[in-house]
Amino acid sequence: MTEIEKIKELLYPVTDPEIPVLSIMDMGIVRSVEADGKDVLVKITPTYSGCPAMDVIGMEVKMTLDQAGYNTTVKQEITEAWTTDWITPEGRKKLEAYGVAAPLEETADKLALTGGKRQVKCTNCGSLNTKMVSQFGSTACKALFQCEDCYEPFDYFKCLK
Amino acid sequence: MQEKTYEYLLLLGDHSLILGHRLSELCGHGPSLETDIALTNISLDLFGQVRNYFQYAAELTDGKTEDDIAMLRYSHEYKNSLLCEQPNEDFAHIILRQFFFDAFHLPLLEQLQHSKDPRLAAIAVKSLKESKYHIRFSSQWVKRLADGTDLSRQKMQDALAHLWAYTTELTEPTPLETEIHAAGIGADLAAVKTAFDDRVKSVFDEVNLEIPDSKYYQKGGKTGVHSEHFGYILSDLQYMQRAYPDMKW
Repeated sequence: MTEIEKIKELLYPVTDPEIPVLSIMDMGIVRSVEADGKDVLVKITPTYSGCPAMDVIGMEVKMTLDQAGYNTTVKQEITEAWTTDWITPEGRKKLEAYGVAAPLEETADKLALTGGKRQVKCTNCGSLNTKMVSQFGSTACKALFQCEDCYEPFDYFKCLK
Repeated sequence: MQEKTYEYLLLLGDHSLILGHRLSELCGHGPSLETDIALTNISLDLFGQVRNYFQYAAELTDGKTEDDIAMLRYSHEYKNSLLCEQPNEDFAHIILRQFFFDAFHLPLLEQLQHSKDPRLAAIAVKSLKESKYHIRFSSQWVKRLADGTDLSRQKMQDALAHLWAYTTELTEPTPLETEIHAAGIGADLAAVKTAFDDRVKSVFDEVNLEIPDSKYYQKGGKTGVHSEHFGYILSDLQYMQRAYPDMKW
């Protein structure tokens, strides 16, 4: 295993504090890892500009790696801008299991959020008979939906392109 | 040119800072849970964008921080447009103010994506994705209120009569904006104006709202001449830093 792979594995348990089941690696938040001996540079990127979790994530990345004996610098970068496409298939599965519907592709997302077509799957019963309650949800990256079959309210992770 | 870039970053950031502050006043006070969350989420996006602008601006100074820029200027040093500081009179005002801002902000960011300044272009690319959601929200609500009950339509029309006079300033270039555009860094406000007019017309046409034909308008914010509302905003925004200088938490 190379040094970089080892570092990435160490970073895997670091999660987004707002979606604590999801590794920042699966979120696509870690842009790159560079290592020069024990000096490590980790570049992270915010999902939304105002994401309040970024500072915490940066701190946790540093703490995790420093504890493993590295000398870590964390840099925030906004180019190129994060998109929901960077969430890995593994990440999407974990989101769904946690009760957050994973983002649809762009056109479908627009239709779902404007009420044009019902296609966001209920994370509780799997029905497509769901409606948007609010275009903005508990965090900047989510919209609020409700299932009209089982009546469960749930979050939908908005497509960001 | 670096000094001009600094001033321009402040102007861009101040629009979002002051509108974001106005929207944050609604936290826990929105007319319904969903709109409360939406408006404060928009506020959060705007604050995030401000941080990107001010962090960059701070790097162009000798040792200022983003917080110094946000919290420790006097009123005439803030360059936001007057529209952004208009108070939260009622929901129709809040929505229409947001719609006018978004209709201006979106084409502005589209322009800035192509700025010669790569850092500014990167901020614009990032912000644009978020602002697309904002305009979807605000234009839907403009239509809903204008096409709703007699009362909601009346309130939308009252808001329009009040706020229209503040829209011209958004796209009327100040000397700084003209200069920074000529340098290839800033946005072309003539193109922004065309996009703004088209967007407003298409949304208004759908619900038979008429654009007021009055030519009278208010300006001043972008050159630091603010309305009487502004002092109250600053006293709220800067209270902690003024009362406890250099406080941290």
